[in-house]
Amino acid sequence: MIEGITIYEILTVTTILFFIGVYGFLTRKNLISMLISVELILNASVVNFVVINKYLYPDMLQGVFFSIFIIAVAAAETALAVSIIINLYRQISSVEVKDTEVMKH
Amino acid sequence: MERIIFYILALTMIVFAMAAVRSRKMLRSVIFLLFVLAGIAGIFFLIDYNFLAAVQLTVYAGGIIVLIIFSVLLVHHIELELEVAKPLKQVITGIACLLGIGVVLNTIYTHDFKVVENDLTTSTADIGSKLLSVEAGGFILPFEVISVVLLAAMIGAIIIAKGKKLEKGSSETEDRSQINTGSNEI
Repeated sequence: MIEGITIYEILTVTTILFFIGVYGFLTRKNLISMLISVELILNASVVNFVVINKYLYPDMLQGVFFSIFIIAVAAAETALAVSIIINLYRQISSVEVKDTEVMKH
Repeated sequence: MERIIFYILALTMIVFAMAAVRSRKMLRSVIFLLFVLAGIAGIFFLIDYNFLAAVQLTVYAGGIIVLIIFSVLLVHHIELELEVAKPLKQVITGIACLLGIGVVLNTIYTHDFKVVENDLTTSTADIGSKLLSVEAGGFILPFEVISVVLLAAMIGAIIIAKGKKLEKGSSETEDRSQINTGSNEI
């Protein structure tokens, strides 16, 4: 536990981070920027898992395991997304959402 | 002391997250994201999960940021300014997000969390033995599944990114002509 910090304050920070990510996901028009917003959302949820584990159930470790799995899945997702973006750029020379009409040529 | 550090971290994280979703230069927004990820690692250090903080720093701040920077450099001009959404859409999205924050914070502050006061530190050995235990409550099966997922993602990423070799636009013109003839027949 962080001395002098309640669980409410940490959950407030992660909520704000989450909704900043949602805002970015909805307003950006570029695939890489949307990927960045998704990373923000995932990170906010990771912190939530860890904090709830630490504050409410300190003798268990489930939250830690889930955050490790989330980090691993996020790494896999980013690698795949980057490869898809590069392939798409090679075919249509753009990574804007409005130009992306087909997945396969 | 820890209180002050937490507030500094929280403030920098929120400011840099806003900068990451608002900045019009792509590379800068990736670097702002790096600061956010480092701040989250700082929070993990503060609540005494050193292993998780190390994982966060190596996988996120080290690996994913480098991947995204590579993709930005491969597909973009550094000086290119991004297209942004229309102001009206931005305002509407902002209001919707503020409403969402309000609803979630309202739920959080009205819920009574049963906080257990504790001062436990978790060592990496604890995490490892619990993660790999085959008894009830162990996480050995998800651990193995996630390793298969990572392998599949790696192979898939290589195959997708490899693609076909470019043949000076010949395939593209062929596709176009096929489409044209198809429409004529119809």
